[in-house]
Amino acid sequence: MPKLTLKKDFQSRTEALETRVPDQQIALKRIAELARLDLSADELATFENQLTPILKHIDTLSTLDVEGVEPTAHPTPVYDVLRADESRPGLAPEAVLQNAPESAQEQIRVPKVVDAS
Amino acid sequence: MNTLTQARTALLAGDLDALTLVNEHLARFDEQNPTTGALISYQADKARTDAAEADLSKPLGGLPIVLKDNINALGEPCTCGSKFLQNGYTAPYDATVTRKLREAGAIVMGRANMDEFAMGSATENSALANTVNPHDSNRIPGGSSGGSAAVVASGMALASLGSDTGGSIRQPAAHCGIVGMKPSYGRVSRYGLVAFASSLDQIGPLTNSVEDAATLLQIIAGHDPLDSTSLDVPVPDYSQSLTKGVAGLKIGLPKQYFAEGLDPAIEELVRAAAAKLEREGAELVEIDLPSTEAAVATYYILAPAEASSNLSRFDGIRYGQRSSQADGIIDTYRKSREEGFGPEVKRRILLGTYVLSSGYYDAYYTRAQKVRTLIQREFSQAFEQVDAILTPTTPTPPRKLHEADNDPLQDYLADVYTISANLAGLPAISVPCGSVDSGDDTQLPIGVQVMAPHLRDDLVFQIGARLENSER
Repeated sequence: MPKLTLKKDFQSRTEALETRVPDQQIALKRIAELARLDLSADELATFENQLTPILKHIDTLSTLDVEGVEPTAHPTPVYDVLRADESRPGLAPEAVLQNAPESAQEQIRVPKVVDAS
Repeated sequence: MNTLTQARTALLAGDLDALTLVNEHLARFDEQNPTTGALISYQADKARTDAAEADLSKPLGGLPIVLKDNINALGEPCTCGSKFLQNGYTAPYDATVTRKLREAGAIVMGRANMDEFAMGSATENSALANTVNPHDSNRIPGGSSGGSAAVVASGMALASLGSDTGGSIRQPAAHCGIVGMKPSYGRVSRYGLVAFASSLDQIGPLTNSVEDAATLLQIIAGHDPLDSTSLDVPVPDYSQSLTKGVAGLKIGLPKQYFAEGLDPAIEELVRAAAAKLEREGAELVEIDLPSTEAAVATYYILAPAEASSNLSRFDGIRYGQRSSQADGIIDTYRKSREEGFGPEVKRRILLGTYVLSSGYYDAYYTRAQKVRTLIQREFSQAFEQVDAILTPTTPTPPRKLHEADNDPLQDYLADVYTISANLAGLPAISVPCGSVDSGDDTQLPIGVQVMAPHLRDDLVFQIGARLENSER
């Protein structure tokens, strides 16, 4: 049965921060970090309880023999569809900016990305 | 009058005008939506303006069509049932299916409730509205296109579009007693559909008749340069399939779909539908699809994996929710997503991120892709033996509301009969085949499903048309 644990090297960062919580919770917290979800402690506990039987179910695939079988990424054989390299109309700036949480000078305003220090 | 065909006949005969038809619908929205919760929003004035200008010479001239709230329509909300998009997003363009409906003369009106980002089988995962089954208000309408199914089943609309990633058109159609059709993968453009799992998603119709489903697919099908997965192959005239009958067709009944877990009352109705086809000259053949049981596990690896990638676009930067509590860019992503997403979406993102994470990728994701190949092969082999496959759409009737709140796996397992068509890219339809007594003085509708080889959407209409007549 799969556990929500990751290899050691993936745990190191969160382990240092959260030495007191059990291993499985550390791992789920790490997954949440990878997924950019700021989960609460309650959510971590609930999701762990709910995901454990789901992982147990999906692990039933490990009993099937897939030796030599090619993986399917896509149900129809469509590859490398290219369009003509010609300019075509896109959305007007105002159509895009109407949805932006913040904007200034016809651009989307975002939190600071690079720390000057 | 409850079909597109009947409404069109009335409009063309002058017995009805487009504005009256739209006003009748709006009155039903006002009257019924507070109890069914099928629609998240609608714009009455815009619908009336469009109706006043309706061109009845077009194939859907003046006919109102409801859209699932994950299909973009210029100037309207597109919430996907999520708090993330409840504020801060108005569609800046039409989806290709929306454009095609408009070009065919349809009045695009009403945004149907859905499980958040189409993740769910009950529409209980919507963050914005509660939809109930029109046949029993204590039960689920199915999902994720539960609003699209409930609007049609309750008479609020003649037809709607939904999206189907693992059964999300067919299962709510079965639970609500209407027709729901998932086209072949690549048959309909997804441009403007908010992506859930891109190797599985298709847009399709929910209607009161097989003929209406064929009419709508005729309009929305076809190649679109804006969706590289849409296939550049001719669209046949689906209306010709409706009267062909089933004599001489070989129809497979996979034994794994009539096994443990299937409600005996449903089995009886589905076998009766099959027997009706046999009386009309079809040959019934028992077939073997041994990987059926693995389909749910395969799906719940591949779909969350693709979802975790697709939903990374919801980062609080360009549209929708942006947290006011965040400190810096990474914290903006984390908090905006934490505030905007509901529990099922978070569960699936976690699951998808996990199966794609380094060290687990091959054990889960690659293995599931290989099992997907096995499932496809089994269908290919089955279609060397039979023309089409007939199964129940769901193993059970619609369950009561909130019965699976703490056990999401329970609902996942109930997707067992619909998921394989998505994994293999096959066209599939659910058609009503009777009802069962709930024990609470209500009758719960049951659906029978037909699957056919890829791009044989015509065949599911051909057989579906005869199944429909078995009930009426």
